[in-house]
Amino acid sequence: MGNTSSMLTQYDIEEVQQHCNKAFSQQEIVSLYERFCQLDRNGGGFVSAEEFLSVPEFAVNPLSQRLLRMVDGLNFKEFVAFLSAFSPRATLLQRIEFIFKVYDSDGNGKVTFNDMLDVLHDLTGQFISENQRKQVLTQVLDEAGYTKESLLVLSDFVKILGSSGLKMEVEVPVD
Amino acid sequence: MSSSEGKLKPSSSELDLDRPNIEDYLPSGASIHEPHGKLRLRDLLDISPILTEAAGAIVDDSFTRCFKSNPPEPWNWNVYLFPLWCSGVVFRYLILFPVRAIVLTIGWMIFLSCFIPVHFLLKGNDSLRKKWERVLVELICSFFVASWTGVVKYHGPRPSMRPKQVFVANHTSMIDFIILEQMTAFAVIMQKHPGWVGLLQSTILESVGCIWFNRSEAKDREIVTKKLREHSQGADNNPLLIFPEGTCVNNQYSVMFKKGAFELGCTVCPVAIKYNKIFVDAFWNSRKQSFTMHLLQLMTSWAVVCDVWYLEPQNLRPGETAIEFAERVRDIISVRAGLKKVPWDGYLKYSRPSPKHRERKQQSFAESVLRRLEEK
Repeated sequence: MGNTSSMLTQYDIEEVQQHCNKAFSQQEIVSLYERFCQLDRNGGGFVSAEEFLSVPEFAVNPLSQRLLRMVDGLNFKEFVAFLSAFSPRATLLQRIEFIFKVYDSDGNGKVTFNDMLDVLHDLTGQFISENQRKQVLTQVLDEAGYTKESLLVLSDFVKILGSSGLKMEVEVPVD
Repeated sequence: MSSSEGKLKPSSSELDLDRPNIEDYLPSGASIHEPHGKLRLRDLLDISPILTEAAGAIVDDSFTRCFKSNPPEPWNWNVYLFPLWCSGVVFRYLILFPVRAIVLTIGWMIFLSCFIPVHFLLKGNDSLRKKWERVLVELICSFFVASWTGVVKYHGPRPSMRPKQVFVANHTSMIDFIILEQMTAFAVIMQKHPGWVGLLQSTILESVGCIWFNRSEAKDREIVTKKLREHSQGADNNPLLIFPEGTCVNNQYSVMFKKGAFELGCTVCPVAIKYNKIFVDAFWNSRKQSFTMHLLQLMTSWAVVCDVWYLEPQNLRPGETAIEFAERVRDIISVRAGLKKVPWDGYLKYSRPSPKHRERKQQSFAESVLRRLEEK
Protein backbone atom coordinates (compact mmCIF):
# COMPACT_ATOMS: atom_id res chain seq x y z
CA MET A 1 0.00 0.00 0.00
CA GLY A 2 2.90 2.36 0.67
CA ASN A 3 2.60 5.71 2.34
CA THR A 4 -1.14 6.27 2.41
CA SER A 5 -1.17 9.81 3.73
CA SER A 6 0.35 10.95 0.45
CA MET A 7 -2.90 9.97 -1.25
CA LEU A 8 -4.83 12.46 0.83
CA THR A 9 -4.18 16.05 -0.21
CA GLN A 10 -4.38 19.03 2.11
CA TYR A 11 -7.54 20.07 0.28
CA ASP A 12 -9.13 16.67 0.96
CA ILE A 13 -8.24 16.86 4.63
CA GLU A 14 -9.82 20.30 4.97
CA GLU A 15 -12.93 19.20 3.13
CA VAL A 16 -13.37 16.23 5.43
CA GLN A 17 -12.74 18.42 8.45
CA GLN A 18 -15.45 20.84 7.33
CA HIS A 19 -17.87 18.00 6.72
CA CYS A 20 -17.53 16.70 10.25
CA ASN A 21 -17.73 20.18 11.73
CA LYS A 22 -14.13 20.17 12.88
CA ALA A 23 -14.71 17.23 15.20
CA PHE A 24 -11.26 15.90 14.40
CA SER A 25 -7.88 17.54 14.00
CA GLN A 26 -6.04 17.24 10.71
CA GLN A 27 -3.61 14.70 12.17
CA GLU A 28 -6.52 12.60 13.41
CA ILE A 29 -8.09 12.69 9.97
CA VAL A 30 -4.85 11.41 8.44
CA SER A 31 -4.78 8.58 10.99
CA LEU A 32 -8.42 7.77 10.30
CA TYR A 33 -7.63 7.64 6.61
CA GLU A 34 -4.87 5.12 7.21
CA ARG A 35 -7.30 3.08 9.25
CA PHE A 36 -10.00 3.38 6.58
CA CYS A 37 -7.58 2.11 3.94
CA GLN A 38 -6.50 -0.70 6.24
CA LEU A 39 -10.13 -1.81 6.67
CA ASP A 40 -11.00 -1.32 3.01
CA ARG A 41 -9.00 -4.31 1.88
CA ASN A 42 -10.37 -4.60 -1.63
CA GLY A 43 -9.77 -0.91 -2.26
CA GLY A 44 -13.33 -0.13 -3.31
CA GLY A 45 -13.34 3.27 -1.64
CA PHE A 46 -15.77 2.18 1.04
CA VAL A 47 -15.69 -0.36 3.84
CA SER A 48 -18.24 -3.15 3.40
CA ALA A 49 -20.08 -4.93 6.20
CA GLU A 50 -17.84 -8.00 5.73
CA GLU A 51 -14.75 -5.88 6.19
CA PHE A 52 -16.11 -4.32 9.38
CA LEU A 53 -17.02 -7.73 10.72
CA SER A 54 -13.49 -8.97 10.14
CA VAL A 55 -12.53 -6.88 13.18
CA PRO A 56 -13.29 -9.38 15.95
CA GLU A 57 -13.72 -6.68 18.59
CA PHE A 58 -16.46 -5.14 16.48
CA ALA A 59 -18.09 -8.45 15.54
CA VAL A 60 -18.63 -9.46 19.17
CA ASN A 61 -20.40 -6.19 20.00
CA PRO A 62 -24.17 -6.72 20.61
CA LEU A 63 -25.05 -3.62 18.59
CA SER A 64 -22.82 -4.44 15.63
CA GLN A 65 -25.69 -5.17 13.23
CA ARG A 66 -27.44 -1.88 14.02
CA LEU A 67 -24.23 0.06 13.58
CA LEU A 68 -23.47 -1.78 10.35
CA ARG A 69 -26.72 -0.49 8.88
CA MET A 70 -25.50 3.03 9.59
CA VAL A 71 -21.89 2.64 8.51
CA ASP A 72 -21.96 0.11 5.67
CA GLY A 73 -20.79 1.50 2.35
CA LEU A 74 -19.86 4.96 3.56
CA ASN A 75 -17.03 6.75 1.80
CA PHE A 76 -14.23 8.26 3.85
CA LYS A 77 -15.87 11.67 4.34
CA GLU A 78 -19.10 10.11 5.61
CA PHE A 79 -17.11 7.64 7.71
CA VAL A 80 -15.43 10.49 9.58
CA ALA A 81 -18.78 12.25 10.00
CA PHE A 82 -20.19 9.03 11.44
CA LEU A 83 -17.39 8.86 14.00
CA SER A 84 -17.61 12.53 14.90
CA ALA A 85 -20.06 11.83 17.71
CA PHE A 86 -17.20 10.01 19.47
CA SER A 87 -14.70 12.81 19.22
CA PRO A 88 -13.72 14.50 22.50
CA ARG A 89 -14.83 17.75 20.84
CA ALA A 90 -18.36 16.54 20.19
CA THR A 91 -21.16 18.23 22.09
CA LEU A 92 -23.59 16.41 24.36
CA LEU A 93 -26.35 17.11 21.85
CA GLN A 94 -24.36 15.45 19.05
CA ARG A 95 -23.86 12.36 21.16
CA ILE A 96 -27.54 12.15 22.09
CA GLU A 97 -28.42 12.63 18.44
CA PHE A 98 -26.24 9.66 17.54
CA ILE A 99 -27.89 7.46 20.15
CA PHE A 100 -31.27 8.58 18.86
CA LYS A 101 -30.31 7.57 15.32
CA VAL A 102 -29.28 4.11 16.55
CA TYR A 103 -32.75 3.64 18.00
CA ASP A 104 -34.64 5.27 15.16
CA SER A 105 -33.92 2.58 12.59
CA ASP A 106 -36.47 3.80 10.03
CA GLY A 107 -35.17 7.35 10.33
CA ASN A 108 -38.55 9.05 10.69
CA GLY A 109 -37.52 11.05 13.75
CA LYS A 110 -39.70 9.04 16.15
CA VAL A 111 -38.68 6.21 18.44
CA THR A 112 -41.47 3.76 19.18
CA PHE A 113 -41.91 1.19 21.90
CA ASN A 114 -40.90 -1.51 19.43
CA ASP A 115 -37.72 0.35 18.47
CA MET A 116 -36.67 0.40 22.11
CA LEU A 117 -37.70 -3.22 22.51
CA ASP A 118 -35.53 -4.19 19.52
CA VAL A 119 -32.45 -2.52 20.96
CA LEU A 120 -33.09 -4.13 24.32
CA HIS A 121 -33.30 -7.45 22.52
CA ASP A 122 -29.91 -6.85 20.92
CA LEU A 123 -28.43 -6.00 24.31
CA THR A 124 -29.83 -8.91 26.28
CA GLY A 125 -30.11 -11.66 23.68
CA GLN A 126 -31.73 -14.85 24.84
CA PHE A 127 -31.13 -14.15 28.51
CA ILE A 128 -34.41 -12.33 29.07
CA SER A 129 -37.70 -13.51 27.61
CA GLU A 130 -39.67 -11.27 25.24
CA ASN A 131 -42.39 -10.86 27.83
CA GLN A 132 -39.95 -9.85 30.53
CA ARG A 133 -38.44 -7.30 28.16
CA LYS A 134 -41.87 -5.78 27.47
CA GLN A 135 -42.57 -5.74 31.16
CA VAL A 136 -39.32 -4.02 32.07
CA LEU A 137 -39.68 -1.44 29.32
CA THR A 138 -43.29 -0.67 30.16
CA GLN A 139 -42.41 -0.25 33.80
CA VAL A 140 -39.55 2.19 33.32
CA LEU A 141 -41.45 4.13 30.65
CA ASP A 142 -44.35 4.44 33.03
CA GLU A 143 -42.16 5.76 35.80
CA ALA A 144 -40.70 8.35 33.46
CA GLY A 145 -44.12 9.53 32.43
CA TYR A 146 -44.49 7.81 29.05
CA THR A 147 -46.79 5.07 27.84
CA LYS A 148 -46.48 2.13 25.47
CA GLU A 149 -47.96 4.23 22.70
CA SER A 150 -45.63 7.18 23.25
CA LEU A 151 -43.50 8.26 20.34
CA LEU A 152 -40.24 9.68 21.60
CA VAL A 153 -38.53 12.43 19.67
CA LEU A 154 -35.05 13.88 20.02
CA SER A 155 -36.04 16.39 22.67
CA ASP A 156 -37.36 13.53 24.81
CA PHE A 157 -34.01 11.82 24.51
CA VAL A 158 -32.27 15.04 25.49
CA LYS A 159 -34.48 15.29 28.55
CA ILE A 160 -33.88 11.67 29.58
CA LEU A 161 -30.19 11.39 28.82
CA GLY A 162 -29.04 14.95 29.21
CA SER A 163 -29.04 15.11 32.99
CA SER A 164 -25.67 13.52 33.70
CA GLY A 165 -22.65 13.44 31.39
CA LEU A 166 -22.51 10.86 28.66
CA LYS A 167 -19.13 9.13 28.39
CA MET A 168 -18.79 8.44 24.69
CA GLU A 169 -15.27 9.25 23.60
CA VAL A 170 -12.88 7.35 21.41
CA GLU A 171 -9.21 8.21 21.02
CA VAL A 172 -7.81 8.27 17.52
CA PRO A 173 -4.22 6.99 17.70
CA VAL A 174 -1.91 9.53 16.13
CA ASP A 175 1.65 8.36 15.41
CA MET B 1 -1.69 -17.21 -0.67
CA SER B 2 -4.47 -17.75 1.77
CA SER B 3 -7.42 -15.86 0.37
CA SER B 4 -9.41 -13.35 2.26
CA GLU B 5 -12.06 -13.17 -0.41
CA GLY B 6 -15.32 -14.96 0.00
CA LYS B 7 -17.54 -14.90 3.04
CA LEU B 8 -16.06 -15.51 6.43
CA LYS B 9 -17.90 -18.33 8.08
CA PRO B 10 -18.34 -18.66 11.84
CA SER B 11 -15.74 -21.07 13.20
CA SER B 12 -16.90 -24.19 14.92
CA SER B 13 -14.30 -26.13 16.79
CA GLU B 14 -11.54 -23.59 16.99
CA LEU B 15 -12.80 -21.29 19.73
CA ASP B 16 -13.56 -22.96 23.00
CA LEU B 17 -15.50 -21.44 25.84
CA ASP B 18 -12.80 -22.26 28.35
CA ARG B 19 -10.39 -19.66 26.99
CA PRO B 20 -8.94 -17.05 29.30
CA ASN B 21 -11.44 -14.28 29.72
CA ILE B 22 -11.28 -11.95 26.73
CA GLU B 23 -13.06 -9.26 28.70
CA ASP B 24 -9.91 -8.89 30.81
CA TYR B 25 -8.08 -7.62 27.77
CA LEU B 26 -10.72 -5.57 25.97
CA PRO B 27 -10.95 -1.84 26.62
CA SER B 28 -13.92 -1.74 28.90
CA GLY B 29 -16.47 0.93 29.40
CA ALA B 30 -19.34 -1.02 30.87
CA SER B 31 -17.48 -4.13 31.84
CA ILE B 32 -15.78 -2.74 34.92
CA HIS B 33 -18.24 -0.46 36.64
CA GLU B 34 -21.26 -2.22 38.06
CA PRO B 35 -24.30 0.05 37.83
CA HIS B 36 -26.33 0.36 41.00
CA GLY B 37 -29.66 1.68 42.02
CA LYS B 38 -33.12 1.28 40.73
CA LEU B 39 -33.54 0.77 37.01
CA ARG B 40 -34.65 3.89 35.22
CA LEU B 41 -35.53 4.66 31.60
CA ARG B 42 -32.25 6.46 31.33
CA ASP B 43 -30.32 3.29 32.14
CA LEU B 44 -32.03 1.35 29.40
CA LEU B 45 -31.65 4.06 26.79
CA ASP B 46 -28.04 4.89 27.61
CA ILE B 47 -26.18 2.60 25.24
CA SER B 48 -23.14 4.86 25.17
CA PRO B 49 -20.64 2.37 26.71
CA ILE B 50 -21.47 -0.30 24.15
CA LEU B 51 -21.40 2.19 21.29
CA THR B 52 -18.05 3.46 22.52
CA GLU B 53 -16.62 -0.05 22.48
CA ALA B 54 -17.85 -0.54 18.92
CA ALA B 55 -16.51 2.80 17.74
CA GLY B 56 -13.21 2.09 19.50
CA ALA B 57 -12.96 -1.17 17.59
CA ILE B 58 -13.66 0.61 14.31
CA VAL B 59 -10.96 3.19 14.97
CA ASP B 60 -8.28 0.79 16.21
CA ASP B 61 -8.29 -2.79 17.36
CA SER B 62 -5.67 -5.09 18.79
CA PHE B 63 -6.32 -7.89 16.30
CA THR B 64 -5.65 -5.93 13.11
CA ARG B 65 -2.55 -4.44 14.71
CA CYS B 66 -1.03 -7.93 14.85
CA PHE B 67 -1.02 -8.21 11.08
CA LYS B 68 0.13 -4.74 10.15
CA SER B 69 3.41 -4.64 8.26
CA ASN B 70 5.89 -2.25 9.80
CA PRO B 71 8.36 -1.21 7.16
CA PRO B 72 11.48 0.48 8.51
CA GLU B 73 11.32 4.27 8.79
CA PRO B 74 12.21 5.96 5.51
CA TRP B 75 15.40 7.91 5.93
CA ASN B 76 15.97 9.03 2.38
CA TRP B 77 14.15 12.28 2.70
CA ASN B 78 16.69 14.95 1.98
CA VAL B 79 19.09 15.99 -0.75
CA TYR B 80 22.14 14.34 0.83
CA LEU B 81 20.56 11.12 1.97
CA PHE B 82 18.55 10.48 -1.16
CA PRO B 83 21.51 9.83 -3.50
CA LEU B 84 23.01 7.63 -0.80
CA TRP B 85 19.82 5.66 -0.66
CA CYS B 86 19.71 5.42 -4.46
CA SER B 87 23.21 4.02 -4.61
CA GLY B 88 22.17 1.61 -1.89
CA VAL B 89 19.27 0.45 -4.04
CA VAL B 90 21.54 0.00 -7.03
CA PHE B 91 24.01 -1.98 -4.95
CA ARG B 92 21.31 -4.17 -3.46
CA TYR B 93 19.50 -4.97 -6.68
CA LEU B 94 22.36 -5.11 -9.15
CA ILE B 95 25.18 -6.53 -7.05
CA LEU B 96 23.93 -8.17 -3.89
CA PHE B 97 20.89 -9.79 -5.43
CA PRO B 98 22.66 -11.53 -8.33
CA VAL B 99 25.45 -12.73 -6.00
CA ARG B 100 22.90 -14.11 -3.60
CA ALA B 101 20.92 -15.75 -6.38
CA ILE B 102 24.10 -17.44 -7.59
CA VAL B 103 24.99 -18.62 -4.08
CA LEU B 104 21.49 -20.04 -3.70
CA THR B 105 21.65 -21.78 -7.07
CA ILE B 106 25.01 -23.34 -6.20
CA GLY B 107 23.56 -24.45 -2.90
CA TRP B 108 20.63 -26.10 -4.66
CA MET B 109 22.91 -27.85 -7.10
CA ILE B 110 25.07 -29.25 -4.31
CA PHE B 111 22.02 -30.22 -2.34
CA LEU B 112 20.20 -31.98 -5.15
CA SER B 113 23.29 -33.77 -6.36
CA CYS B 114 23.75 -35.23 -2.90
CA PHE B 115 20.16 -35.63 -1.82
CA ILE B 116 18.83 -37.52 -4.81
CA PRO B 117 21.54 -40.23 -4.73
CA VAL B 118 21.31 -40.56 -0.96
CA HIS B 119 17.55 -40.81 -1.08
CA PHE B 120 17.47 -43.56 -3.67
CA LEU B 121 20.67 -45.46 -3.14
CA LEU B 122 20.49 -45.73 0.62
CA LYS B 123 16.91 -46.96 0.57
CA GLY B 124 17.93 -50.09 2.36
CA ASN B 125 19.89 -48.52 5.20
CA ASP B 126 17.27 -46.30 6.79
CA SER B 127 19.14 -44.85 9.74
CA LEU B 128 22.16 -43.86 7.66
CA ARG B 129 19.94 -42.37 4.98
CA LYS B 130 18.05 -40.34 7.57
CA LYS B 131 21.30 -39.07 9.06
CA TRP B 132 22.55 -37.87 5.68
CA GLU B 133 19.21 -36.33 4.73
CA ARG B 134 19.16 -34.42 7.99
CA VAL B 135 22.61 -32.99 7.32
CA LEU B 136 21.64 -32.07 3.76
CA VAL B 137 18.44 -30.31 4.81
CA GLU B 138 20.40 -28.31 7.35
CA LEU B 139 22.83 -27.48 4.55
CA ILE B 140 20.24 -26.16 2.12
CA CYS B 141 18.67 -24.10 4.88
CA SER B 142 22.05 -22.56 5.60
CA PHE B 143 22.30 -21.65 1.92
CA PHE B 144 18.88 -20.02 2.09
CA VAL B 145 19.88 -18.03 5.15
CA ALA B 146 23.11 -16.98 3.42
CA SER B 147 21.08 -15.84 0.41
CA TRP B 148 19.51 -13.10 2.51
CA THR B 149 22.70 -12.46 4.42
CA GLY B 150 21.03 -13.77 7.49
CA VAL B 151 22.78 -12.86 10.69
CA VAL B 152 21.29 -15.12 13.29
CA LYS B 153 22.39 -15.11 16.88
CA TYR B 154 21.41 -18.26 18.71
CA HIS B 155 21.16 -18.13 22.46
CA GLY B 156 20.74 -21.02 24.82
CA PRO B 157 21.45 -24.75 24.62
CA ARG B 158 20.96 -26.31 21.20
CA PRO B 159 18.00 -28.68 20.86
CA SER B 160 18.86 -32.31 21.42
CA MET B 161 17.18 -35.33 19.94
CA ARG B 162 15.11 -36.87 22.68
CA PRO B 163 11.73 -38.51 22.57
CA LYS B 164 8.68 -36.91 24.16
CA GLN B 165 9.61 -33.34 23.52
CA VAL B 166 8.18 -30.71 21.18
CA PHE B 167 9.49 -27.27 20.29
CA VAL B 168 7.19 -24.29 20.01
CA ALA B 169 8.04 -20.91 18.58
CA ASN B 170 6.36 -17.64 17.68
CA HIS B 171 5.63 -17.26 13.99
CA THR B 172 6.46 -14.31 11.77
CA SER B 173 7.13 -15.81 8.38
CA MET B 174 7.90 -19.14 6.80
CA ILE B 175 11.57 -18.21 7.08
CA ASP B 176 11.27 -18.89 10.82
CA PHE B 177 11.31 -22.52 9.90
CA ILE B 178 14.39 -22.15 7.69
CA ILE B 179 16.29 -20.24 10.34
CA LEU B 180 15.61 -22.86 12.97
CA GLU B 181 16.12 -25.72 10.55
CA GLN B 182 19.63 -24.69 9.61
CA MET B 183 20.70 -25.41 13.19
CA THR B 184 18.63 -28.54 13.84
CA ALA B 185 16.68 -30.68 11.42
CA PHE B 186 13.24 -30.38 12.92
CA ALA B 187 10.15 -32.14 11.74
CA VAL B 188 7.51 -29.51 11.35
CA ILE B 189 3.77 -29.27 11.06
CA MET B 190 2.71 -26.97 8.26
CA GLN B 191 -0.19 -25.78 6.20
CA LYS B 192 0.04 -27.42 2.79
CA HIS B 193 0.82 -24.71 0.25
CA PRO B 194 0.33 -24.68 -3.51
CA GLY B 195 3.05 -24.06 -6.06
CA TRP B 196 6.76 -24.67 -5.71
CA VAL B 197 6.57 -24.45 -1.94
CA GLY B 198 4.14 -27.35 -1.93
CA LEU B 199 6.52 -29.31 -4.12
CA LEU B 200 9.35 -28.75 -1.68
CA GLN B 201 7.05 -29.72 1.16
CA SER B 202 6.08 -33.03 -0.37
CA THR B 203 9.56 -34.08 -1.40
CA ILE B 204 12.36 -32.76 0.75
CA LEU B 205 10.54 -31.92 3.92
CA GLU B 206 8.89 -35.30 3.81
CA SER B 207 12.30 -36.79 4.54
CA VAL B 208 12.67 -34.98 7.84
CA GLY B 209 9.18 -36.09 8.74
CA CYS B 210 6.66 -33.31 8.26
CA ILE B 211 3.00 -33.36 9.08
CA TRP B 212 0.46 -31.55 6.92
CA PHE B 213 -2.77 -29.95 7.92
CA ASN B 214 -5.51 -28.11 6.17
CA ARG B 215 -6.88 -25.08 7.97
CA SER B 216 -10.29 -25.27 6.36
CA GLU B 217 -10.93 -28.87 7.40
CA ALA B 218 -12.66 -29.05 10.75
CA LYS B 219 -12.20 -32.78 11.20
CA ASP B 220 -8.59 -32.40 10.16
CA ARG B 221 -7.74 -31.25 13.65
CA GLU B 222 -8.31 -34.65 15.25
CA ILE B 223 -6.31 -36.46 12.61
CA VAL B 224 -3.46 -34.02 13.02
CA THR B 225 -3.45 -34.31 16.81
CA LYS B 226 -3.18 -38.06 16.44
CA LYS B 227 -0.26 -37.75 14.03
CA LEU B 228 1.47 -35.30 16.35
CA ARG B 229 1.14 -37.67 19.25
CA GLU B 230 2.49 -40.60 17.27
CA HIS B 231 5.44 -38.61 16.04
CA SER B 232 6.41 -37.27 19.42
CA GLN B 233 6.43 -40.70 20.97
CA GLY B 234 8.81 -42.13 18.36
CA ALA B 235 12.40 -42.34 19.59
CA ASP B 236 14.27 -41.71 16.36
CA ASN B 237 11.93 -39.21 14.80
CA ASN B 238 13.31 -35.73 14.35
CA PRO B 239 12.26 -33.32 17.11
CA LEU B 240 8.92 -31.76 16.33
CA LEU B 241 8.61 -28.02 15.77
CA ILE B 242 5.20 -26.42 16.09
CA PHE B 243 4.07 -22.83 15.60
CA PRO B 244 1.07 -22.72 17.95
CA GLU B 245 -0.14 -19.32 16.74
CA GLY B 246 -1.28 -21.04 13.57
CA THR B 247 -0.62 -18.01 11.40
CA CYS B 248 2.08 -15.41 10.74
CA VAL B 249 2.03 -12.45 13.11
CA ASN B 250 4.03 -9.28 12.69
CA ASN B 251 6.74 -9.93 15.33
CA GLN B 252 5.44 -7.19 17.63
CA TYR B 253 2.44 -9.05 18.98
CA SER B 254 1.62 -12.64 19.78
CA VAL B 255 -1.81 -14.17 19.30
CA MET B 256 -3.20 -17.02 21.33
CA PHE B 257 -1.46 -20.35 21.19
CA LYS B 258 -3.50 -23.33 20.08
CA LYS B 259 -3.55 -25.97 22.74
CA GLY B 260 -2.77 -28.88 20.38
CA ALA B 261 0.97 -28.81 21.04
CA PHE B 262 0.43 -28.72 24.78
CA GLU B 263 -1.70 -31.79 25.25
CA LEU B 264 0.67 -34.37 23.78
CA GLY B 265 2.06 -35.39 27.14
CA CYS B 266 5.51 -34.09 26.18
CA THR B 267 7.96 -31.57 27.47
CA VAL B 268 7.52 -28.28 25.66
CA CYS B 269 10.68 -26.36 24.76
CA PRO B 270 9.89 -22.74 23.95
CA VAL B 271 11.87 -20.94 21.25
CA ALA B 272 11.61 -17.18 20.84
CA ILE B 273 12.49 -15.44 17.56
CA LYS B 274 12.87 -11.70 17.20
CA TYR B 275 13.79 -9.95 13.97
CA ASN B 276 15.64 -6.68 13.92
CA LYS B 277 13.31 -4.29 12.13
CA ILE B 278 16.04 -1.81 11.19
CA PHE B 279 17.29 -4.07 8.42
CA VAL B 280 14.11 -5.50 7.03
CA ASP B 281 10.56 -6.21 8.12
CA ALA B 282 10.54 -9.99 8.08
CA PHE B 283 6.79 -10.28 8.59
CA TRP B 284 5.23 -12.26 5.77
CA ASN B 285 1.87 -10.62 5.22
CA SER B 286 0.30 -13.49 3.32
CA ARG B 287 -2.64 -11.29 2.38
CA LYS B 288 -0.40 -8.82 0.62
CA GLN B 289 2.32 -10.86 -1.06
CA SER B 290 3.07 -14.37 -2.15
CA PHE B 291 5.94 -16.25 -0.57
CA THR B 292 8.03 -15.83 -3.72
CA MET B 293 7.68 -12.05 -3.56
CA HIS B 294 8.48 -12.17 0.12
CA LEU B 295 11.69 -14.10 -0.52
CA LEU B 296 12.67 -11.72 -3.29
CA GLN B 297 12.10 -8.81 -0.97
CA LEU B 298 14.40 -10.41 1.57
CA MET B 299 17.03 -11.13 -1.04
CA THR B 300 17.13 -7.48 -2.08
CA SER B 301 17.45 -6.15 1.46
CA TRP B 302 20.71 -5.56 3.25
CA ALA B 303 20.38 -8.33 5.75
CA VAL B 304 18.01 -10.31 7.88
CA VAL B 305 19.15 -9.95 11.44
CA CYS B 306 17.49 -11.88 14.17
CA ASP B 307 17.90 -13.43 17.58
CA VAL B 308 16.81 -16.93 18.46
CA TRP B 309 16.50 -17.94 22.07
CA TYR B 310 16.16 -21.57 23.08
CA LEU B 311 14.39 -21.30 26.41
CA GLU B 312 14.03 -23.62 29.37
CA PRO B 313 11.86 -26.68 28.71
CA GLN B 314 8.48 -26.60 30.42
CA ASN B 315 6.23 -29.35 31.64
CA LEU B 316 2.54 -29.43 32.40
CA ARG B 317 2.13 -28.49 36.05
CA PRO B 318 -0.22 -30.57 38.23
CA GLY B 319 -3.71 -29.14 38.04
CA GLU B 320 -2.91 -27.02 34.98
CA THR B 321 -5.07 -27.33 31.91
CA ALA B 322 -3.59 -27.48 28.41
CA ILE B 323 -4.88 -23.97 27.71
CA GLU B 324 -3.28 -22.56 30.85
CA PHE B 325 -0.04 -24.33 29.92
CA ALA B 326 -0.20 -22.81 26.43
CA GLU B 327 -0.75 -19.34 27.88
CA ARG B 328 2.11 -19.76 30.30
CA VAL B 329 4.52 -20.74 27.52
CA ARG B 330 3.21 -17.91 25.34
CA ASP B 331 4.00 -15.56 28.18
CA ILE B 332 7.57 -16.90 28.44
CA ILE B 333 8.15 -16.49 24.71
CA SER B 334 6.49 -13.06 24.51
CA VAL B 335 8.54 -11.69 27.37
CA ARG B 336 11.80 -12.94 25.86
CA ALA B 337 11.04 -11.64 22.36
CA GLY B 338 9.42 -8.41 23.50
CA LEU B 339 5.99 -9.19 22.05
CA LYS B 340 2.71 -7.78 23.27
CA LYS B 341 0.08 -10.41 23.93
CA VAL B 342 -3.41 -10.14 22.49
CA PRO B 343 -6.29 -12.43 23.42
CA TRP B 344 -7.29 -13.30 19.88
CA ASP B 345 -7.13 -16.57 18.04
CA GLY B 346 -5.00 -16.23 14.90
CA TYR B 347 -7.64 -18.08 12.89
CA LEU B 348 -9.97 -15.09 13.25
CA LYS B 349 -8.17 -13.96 10.11
CA TYR B 350 -10.21 -16.59 8.30
CA SER B 351 -13.38 -16.90 10.36
CA ARG B 352 -15.72 -14.92 12.60
CA PRO B 353 -15.58 -14.99 16.38
CA SER B 354 -17.79 -17.49 18.11
CA PRO B 355 -21.16 -16.05 19.23
CA LYS B 356 -20.27 -17.05 22.78
CA HIS B 357 -18.38 -13.80 23.33
CA ARG B 358 -21.35 -11.66 22.39
CA GLU B 359 -23.61 -13.86 24.48
CA ARG B 360 -21.46 -13.35 27.52
CA LYS B 361 -21.87 -9.57 27.19
CA GLN B 362 -25.60 -9.96 26.69
CA GLN B 363 -25.89 -12.20 29.70
CA SER B 364 -24.11 -9.79 32.02
CA PHE B 365 -26.27 -6.88 30.83
CA ALA B 366 -29.44 -8.94 31.21
CA GLU B 367 -28.54 -9.98 34.72
CA SER B 368 -27.79 -6.40 35.70
CA VAL B 369 -31.15 -5.23 34.34
CA LEU B 370 -33.10 -7.90 36.19
CA ARG B 371 -31.21 -7.30 39.39
CA ARG B 372 -31.76 -3.56 39.35
CA LEU B 373 -35.43 -4.04 38.60
CA GLU B 374 -35.78 -5.62 42.00
CA GLU B 375 -34.05 -2.80 43.83
CA LYS B 376 -36.09 -0.07 45.44
